[in-house]
Amino acid sequence: MILTNIESVPGKKIIEHYGLVCGSTIRAKNAFKDLGAGFKNIFGGELKSYTALMEESRGQAIERMMQQAQALGANAIINVRFSTSNIAQGAAELYVYGTAIKTE
Amino acid sequence: MFDLISFIILVGLGYFIGTQIEKKHYASLKRREALYLQLPAVTAKNMLEERPIEKASLISGSAAISTDYFKTLLSGLRNFLGGEISAHETILDRARREAIVRLKEKAADADIILNLRIETSTVSLMGGAEVLAYGTAIYYKK
Repeated sequence: MILTNIESVPGKKIIEHYGLVCGSTIRAKNAFKDLGAGFKNIFGGELKSYTALMEESRGQAIERMMQQAQALGANAIINVRFSTSNIAQGAAELYVYGTAIKTE
Repeated sequence: MFDLISFIILVGLGYFIGTQIEKKHYASLKRREALYLQLPAVTAKNMLEERPIEKASLISGSAAISTDYFKTLLSGLRNFLGGEISAHETILDRARREAIVRLKEKAADADIILNLRIETSTVSLMGGAEVLAYGTAIYYKK
């Protein structure tokens, strides 16, 4: 599966469009990580556990989007966009969407 | 009295350790950014050369940076008086540059990164920032 965030797959022709596909996941940090982040807020620096959590969650959202595209018979997704929203303290929704297409 | 002492200790720790961490981070950013100077990351979508393309793929990099106690105090004062909160500008600047460097590290042998987008979200009410940078890496046929 090829993913791009531009309107085409460079070097390849688009044969068919399948429309919007999307994936989302909602994640909460655990209490220990929250506590660690609280300490970090005193000294400053990178919140490594938080970065890892977001990376992992984004991977899962992309995985779900790719499953949807595969079910449609697509082999690429173009114009992929990410969006994040904070739904509650310590929890975040990660949403990813794009257009499923078939290339040659 | 005890409250005041612990407050002063926290501000002191935040100021000294926070400044140290920030200095180190800026030094590492400068060094790593210099490594990837030959790999352009652009916000344009149509900067392709007339050359056969090997592959194109979506890449991303992210970083979450927290504030320190001293900066939280400064921004609290600023919220009262109004004006520019320069203490927080460095937090966002560091998070964005770190995200872009990580994105480039993931696509170190690409030729160009098209349509680079940067998205920011808050980590906590204290003022930490999480930044995601993503784009399409283009590899030309060698």
